[in-house]
Parts: sequence; structure tokens; C-alpha cells
Amino acid sequence: MMGSLAFSSTSKQRIAELVARYPRKQAALIPTLYVAQDQFGHLSDAVMQLVADELELPLASVFATAMFYTMLRKKPVGTWHLQICANVSCGLRGSDHLVGLVQDVLGIGPGETTADGLFTLEIVQCLAACGYAPALQVNKKDYFNVTPDGLKALIEELRTQRTEKSPETEAAHA
Amino acid sequence: MPEHRVLLRNHLGKDLTKLDEYKKLGGFGVWPKWVAQGPAAIHNEVKAANLRGRGGAGFPAGVKWGFLPNDGRPRYLVVNADEGEPGTFKDRYFLEDDPFRLIEGCLLTSYALNIHTCYIYIRGEFWRAIDVMEKAIADARKAGWLGKDIQGSGFDLEIYTHPGAGAYICGEETALIESIEGKPGQPRLKPPFPANIGLFGMPTIVNNVETLACVPVILEIGADGFNALGTPKNGGTKLVGVSGHVKKPGLFEVKLGLSLREIIYDLAGGILDDRELLGVIPGGSSCPFLTAEQVDQVTSMDFDGLKGVGSMFGTAGIVVMHDGTDLIDVLKRVTGFYRHESCGQCTPCRQGTGWLAAIVEKMDQGLADESHIDLLIDACTGIEGNTICALGEAAAWPVRSVATRFRPQLAKAIAARSAAFGS
Ligand SMILES: Cc1cc2nc3c(=O)[nH]c(=O)nc-3n(C[C@H](O)[C@H](O)[C@H](O)COP(=O)(O)O)c2cc1C
Ligand code: SF4
Repeated sequence: MMGSLAFSSTSKQRIAELVARYPRKQAALIPTLYVAQDQFGHLSDAVMQLVADELELPLASVFATAMFYTMLRKKPVGTWHLQICANVSCGLRGSDHLVGLVQDVLGIGPGETTADGLFTLEIVQCLAACGYAPALQVNKKDYFNVTPDGLKALIEELRTQRTEKSPETEAAHA
Repeated sequence: MPEHRVLLRNHLGKDLTKLDEYKKLGGFGVWPKWVAQGPAAIHNEVKAANLRGRGGAGFPAGVKWGFLPNDGRPRYLVVNADEGEPGTFKDRYFLEDDPFRLIEGCLLTSYALNIHTCYIYIRGEFWRAIDVMEKAIADARKAGWLGKDIQGSGFDLEIYTHPGAGAYICGEETALIESIEGKPGQPRLKPPFPANIGLFGMPTIVNNVETLACVPVILEIGADGFNALGTPKNGGTKLVGVSGHVKKPGLFEVKLGLSLREIIYDLAGGILDDRELLGVIPGGSSCPFLTAEQVDQVTSMDFDGLKGVGSMFGTAGIVVMHDGTDLIDVLKRVTGFYRHESCGQCTPCRQGTGWLAAIVEKMDQGLADESHIDLLIDACTGIEGNTICALGEAAAWPVRSVATRFRPQLAKAIAARSAAFGS
């Protein structure tokens, strides 16, 4: 067994609250996978097993669901997950320049993480911020009408901040 | 002023995420009157108001509600807050800035339909919206607007949020139901329809956020008042989002029936850098694109007003492209999106969306000629009408429209790419 891997008491309590919302335990699966992701960073096989045990589900069900959804992460990401929208509206308003800037400044392309583990770049689908394009999400926070200069300054700020202040949602608006 | 605001209130400078501020603007004011009149009266009023579903298909909400069987099984209300259609950014407004309007809409709808549990399915990327909604639900509960015996009426209702996880297909109502159940978001075959066999196998109504946000408005101004805002069979106002090459992109609210030109030029400030208009996607990227000439023919933006030009009102997420737009680049983004988002269940969609994206990539790399436009059209024909859900058409229609209506421009772009990169 995976001796050291366990849900924290906060996570356990949160999962119990989630389970109480539904007539079936499996319905709490996606929200529970987020709780697991917040605690462990990503969904390794061992974490999926932990979720399966907690919700009394077959591992195969947990795996099938985790695999289907992009935001349920099967691989670790950097401290700062730069998610740039590259759908039509953001593309028309210059999102490629933002991708190019990250490449220049951090030397990483889409799907890559810097060697120090600080930044991961990902191209994401429409963030429903088309009127405020180009849009960017860093971890759980939105940034709208992003310019290359603005992104450059943000990267510098994040670099000095190094760790996220609050691992839970600290989503605020640009 | 071409705008007419009854839903959008962000210009008032009020913090409507606070219940007391919401109530000061009349929030929850219609409850005593309509509880006295009873559930059937609410349902009839909404039916008479010609409220068309704001999620894209425009199905009349009151008619859909009537499909619930009266067989004593528990029923669910599911709010579609997946907002995934590229070009669309309207439901975000309610979820982040006016959450009680949605809660009030859910309460009135649930009361009308004898529903006691409601799930709001919010796309996973909307972290802030989920926080705001969770807090608003807790505040409404504390104030006796949710929970047991709401305001002494004897009616009980619980509302929960449920997060999505980055899958556009989960906006399709049966995929959404699968997703709440904890499964991969693969659409179900219809029939049976959710109204009969939906969430947890029970009768379920799925409505879009904006649809439900209209319900308190209808019950305040009456079906006649609501109809008067729109056009025949299209009651009310509509949030429209304008993005792309305009001077003032953003979210607006208009009476149904404005012309597309008024929205683009009067509200959104006209074309960026005063260039010429190339084309417009009128209602999210799943709609056929319109040429500049067709834009002039859309004199009534409502659920029936785009049939004549072979497109759809959709979500009213309007994407504007000026004459400097690289059509191959746009197609690459559109086809890449649907390839990524196909759930893979039906072969024509899984394969077809891959082919569309692959053909466009060839064009982009300068390895195509004009015959590839016909290949695109063939691939669309292979998808359309051959799939379980409408994602197939959603992927094919925009591509077909570019390949046919913008053929000369596309052919020119292909030739230019081949000259630049090709051998
Ligand atoms: C691929 C696909 C994606 C969809 N995405 C959404 C969405 O993000 N939001 C939404 O409200 N409806 C979406 N729909 C439409 C829903 O299936 C459904 O018609 C709608 O939620 C019904 O609500 P309404 O009648 O209030 O519009 C989508 C449909 C398809 C086929
Ligand atoms: S049409 Fe596409 S998205 Fe819809 S069920 Fe079939 S494969 Fe899945």
C-alpha cells in the first residue's frame, strides 16, 4: 500500500461535504478529484487509488473520468501555470504574441515547464473572456486584455513571489 | 441608444454579490405575489412570455418545462453554466457579478415545477464564479431564500454548484448530466430526453444561466411586458458579446430584433483601425460565418432572424473579422478546437474533426492547393447528420461556410502560403 499518501483532515471534511450533495457517491467524483489535485498537485495513479477508496468506486471509473477531462491533471505543472487562450477571438487580438513572449522570456513552448519548475506554459481553449481578449489564466486567476509588456511584468512579479500565497482559490480579476 | 438594460446592471456601480444590494434593486420582490398565485401561474406566464433558451438552440423554455411527466418521481433543475462556445462570454456576468438573479430564477423555476434540488454546472475555469456562487448560495440560505420552508411558504429548495473540468462537450445537456454523475462527458442518445430520464435517471430540466435569469424579469414585468421588448415569438432582451476586430469589444444588452450592423457599429464602435469588414461569426464559433454583404441582410437579431442568411443566432457571441484577417489562421483555431473537443464516441465526428484540422494544417504549411477546399467540403458532408450530438455540425458548419462563402479569399490565402513555404 501507499503508506504515506493520505487526505488531510481539511480535504476529508471537504469531501464529506461534497458527497452529501448528491444521491450517489460517484457524482462527487470530479469535485473530489479537484480536492485531491489541490492537496497533491496532480493526479498520480496512487492519488486516483486514494480517491477510489474514499468514494468506494472502482479504480477504473476514477481513471476513466480523470483521463477525459483536461483540467484534471495527470502530470505535475510548475508553480505558476500560465494558460493562454488561443481560440478565435484571442487569436484575432494577438494571443500569439503572448505565446511568443513566454517563449522568449522563459524559453518554454506550449506544454513545457522551466527547469526550475517555476513556470509551465499551456495553450488553452476559449476561456469565455472573448470581449476582453487576449485572456490568460495563471493558476486560478484571470487576466484580461493582456499586453506583451503586461505579461512580461507579471512573469517578473511571479518569479520573485516564487510560491503561491494561497493554494486555495484566490481568484481575482484584472 | 441601441442598448436596453434589464439584465445587465454593471453600470450601476453596485456590488450585487451582496444580498442586501440585490434586494434594494427589487430582488426577490416578486416572490409573495407569485407564491400566492401558485406554480401553474408561473409556468403559464413564462410560456406566454416566449422565453427562448439562451444556451444557443432557442427552444421555448415554457414548452420544455411542460415535458416533465407527472409521475411522482423526484425532479432536478440543472443550470448550464458551462459557457464553452468560443465567442461567448455572457453567463460569466451573472455568475460573477449578479449571482442572486440566477438564484432567484432557479427558485421561481423550481417552485413552478415542484423541484427541490438544483445543480449549477459551472465550467472549471470559472474559479471566481464558483466562489461567488457558493457564497451567494450560502447567504441566500442564511436569509431564508433557500433551504427548508422558504419564507414560510412550505417550499424547500437546495442549490449546489458542480464544477466542470475543461471539456466543451459538457455544455451539451446530456454530456453535462453524465459529467455531474461523475462520468466522462459523452452525450447520450436522445430519446429518452432529459425531461423524462435525466440526472440520476430522473426527470430533469436543463436551462442556460441567462434563460433562468430572465424568469424574475418576466414575473416582474409580466409576459406582455417581456414580449414587448422583443419580436414575435422572441420575448425579451439578449446579452450580446462582441469580440474580435471592433473598436469597443464587450458585453451589451439589446432588445431582441436589433440589426447586426447596429450592434457592430453603434454598440461596439465599428471596425478596428477603420478597416473593411471581412466577415462575422454571429453566435459563437459553431455558427456558419457571414460575409460582409450578409451582415447587412441581418435586420433582426433574434432566434429566427438569421435563417435567411443560412446561419444561426446561437449564443449571440459575435466575432468580427476585418479584411486583414488570415482565414487559414482562423480555420486552424476553429478546427483545432473541435478536434480537441470531440468526445470521440462517433466515428464521423472523431475522424471528421481530425481530417478538417489536418487539411487546414496542410493549407497553413503551404502544402495545399485549391482542391483542398473541396476536400474540406467533402469532410463536412461526411460529418453532418451522422453523429449522436450536435458537436459534429458545430464543427462542420463554420468550415463549410468559409469554404463556400469565402472561397476566393481562401484560395488566395492558400496560394500565398504555398508561394511562401511550399516547394
Ligand atoms: C457541443 C455543444 C455545446 C453546448 N454548450 C453549451 C453551453 O456551454 N451552455 C449552454 O447553456 N448550452 C450549451 N449547449 C446547449 C445545451 O445542450 C442545451 O440546449 C441548453 O443548455 C438548454 O438550455 P436553454 O434551453 O435554456 O438554452 C451546447 C450544445 C452542444 C451540442
Ligand atoms: S458528435 Fe462528436 S462530440 Fe457528439 S457524441 Fe459524437 S463524437 Fe461525441
